[in-house]
Amino acid sequence: MSGLDQPRFSEERLAEIDALVKRYPHPKSALMPVLYMAQQDFGFLSMQTQQMVADVLSLKLMEVREVVTFYTMFREQPCGTHLLEICTNVSCMLNGADELFEHMKDTLGIQAGETTEDGLFTIAEVECAGACAGAPLLQVNNIYHEKATAADVDALIIKVRAGEVI
Amino acid sequence: MISSDPKQVQRICFYNIEVENMHKLEVAKKHGAYEFLPTVLNDFDTDRIIDEVKTSGLRGRGGAGFPTGLKWSFVPRNTGKPTYLLCNADEGEPGTFKDRDIMRFDPHLLIEGMVMAGFALGVKDAYIYIRGEFLHETNVMNAAIEEAYAANLLGENILGTKYSMNLTVHRGAGAYICGEETALIESLEGKSGRPRFKPPFPAVEGFYSSPTVVNNVETLTTIPAILEHGGAWHAAIGKPNNTGCKIFSVSGHVNKPGNYEVPMGTSLKTLIEDYCGGLQHGSVPKVVIPGGSSTPWLTAEHYEVPLTYDDIMKAGSFLGSGAIIVLDETADVVAVTRRLSHFYAHESCGQCTPCREGTGWVERIMNRVDAGHGTQADIKTLKDASTHMAGRTICALAEGAAAPVLSMLKHFPEEVQAKLAEKSS
Repeated sequence: MSGLDQPRFSEERLAEIDALVKRYPHPKSALMPVLYMAQQDFGFLSMQTQQMVADVLSLKLMEVREVVTFYTMFREQPCGTHLLEICTNVSCMLNGADELFEHMKDTLGIQAGETTEDGLFTIAEVECAGACAGAPLLQVNNIYHEKATAADVDALIIKVRAGEVI
Repeated sequence: MISSDPKQVQRICFYNIEVENMHKLEVAKKHGAYEFLPTVLNDFDTDRIIDEVKTSGLRGRGGAGFPTGLKWSFVPRNTGKPTYLLCNADEGEPGTFKDRDIMRFDPHLLIEGMVMAGFALGVKDAYIYIRGEFLHETNVMNAAIEEAYAANLLGENILGTKYSMNLTVHRGAGAYICGEETALIESLEGKSGRPRFKPPFPAVEGFYSSPTVVNNVETLTTIPAILEHGGAWHAAIGKPNNTGCKIFSVSGHVNKPGNYEVPMGTSLKTLIEDYCGGLQHGSVPKVVIPGGSSTPWLTAEHYEVPLTYDDIMKAGSFLGSGAIIVLDETADVVAVTRRLSHFYAHESCGQCTPCREGTGWVERIMNRVDAGHGTQADIKTLKDASTHMAGRTICALAEGAAAPVLSMLKHFPEEVQAKLAEKSS
């Protein structure tokens, strides 16, 4: 592994982390927020990125691994620029979420957890996200789109393919 | 302002929920936010606040329904350790979406409640543990907190008093179990969210082994009204032992799903028909899951049950978080159970064998049964596994996982049998 491959937080980030750590009785509490920062800056949490987070917070790599692998929102693999997630838990299921997810799979030609070849879309089925009055719920990069329809999904895909930022 | 006559009160936490831009301090203040806070900080003390909250009869709104004042009274004083206040905003119980609305529409009411609670408990550092998916709500909360710091409503010497409190929003990252208070504490300590044995209870030994109070968003948001109008005022709303108002998150097969705050004791039928625009199909529900997906199912015979902790318990279930999932006559109860079984298997933290293995077994069997490949022996195993995992684990997740399965088997044996027959006959 060459030095160029090593991820590094920017100076601004490091200052932000210093301030963050002070908000907790122990620096270890800052692990999850720092992992979010790393994921935002580097796209996903590679082993090198996890090692960097461990170094920044003076933790063992294993302490970081334990957290990364426990929580579903931390990703160890790259994902598409648009992460489309549909809740298929009961309230969404009762309002057509399974059919919507099938439609998304068919339209994009990929299965749950996969990314389209152009790198634009990753799709996933997720658990209840606490927006059951807006069932079925679609999340696009964590932004909620409530009462989502197949037409909404189609329109979104067209926009993204045309280069619009969603 | 909320009426000082308890008989007139219909809403407490949601009193200003529809006010435009209520999330901004300037607007919130016009509607009474932080108005009573100086009186509390200057004229009240720990004993008086705990007494008022005890008198109010307020029970925890997160699901367990434990009396809030009593919980606060368990916190030991003068231990030499800091006391922490943690707001549980992990809101992950399927069907629950009330705390989200409080945080995105009226965040200052939560902050005010937390400052009052923190003052009563002598807290210097308080945290809001919010589920990771609530990114927008996190941003709204953070903006409101920033405004509150700038207005000296948080931070050092709040409003010129001796009381100082910091408030930090901490994001979870997609783990249902972190709504369990000891798992939440573990998670806030930067670890995987695995529940702890109790005792010791968090009030005595919680966050970094210090005395810690964990309260739900809705619980803390009720505190300002209780202190302003008095515990007796709150106790006169609703029903005895089930006082105040409660937000019900209603979803599933109703025409107008949403959050509705009503006085405790309002009937389930009134809520569904008068507030939620009735069912999508038919006139009586097939199933009502009254308190989030982990609570046993009610059927049409309990359609008129008053919505109180005690009445729902008498009917055989729990009020829980007030998340009501309604299934009308078109619902496939076996498919619903299969989906919930997947949820619990996915969310089991894995530390207790009965839950880790049991939820997996149940999910695999439910997949088979729903696909039409189940056998009579599967049904027996389903019942055994569900019965045997409940009560044999550190936390209540396994009991929650058992609830839908046992409810399905109890209320709809013929539908289960029909699925078995589908492809085997």
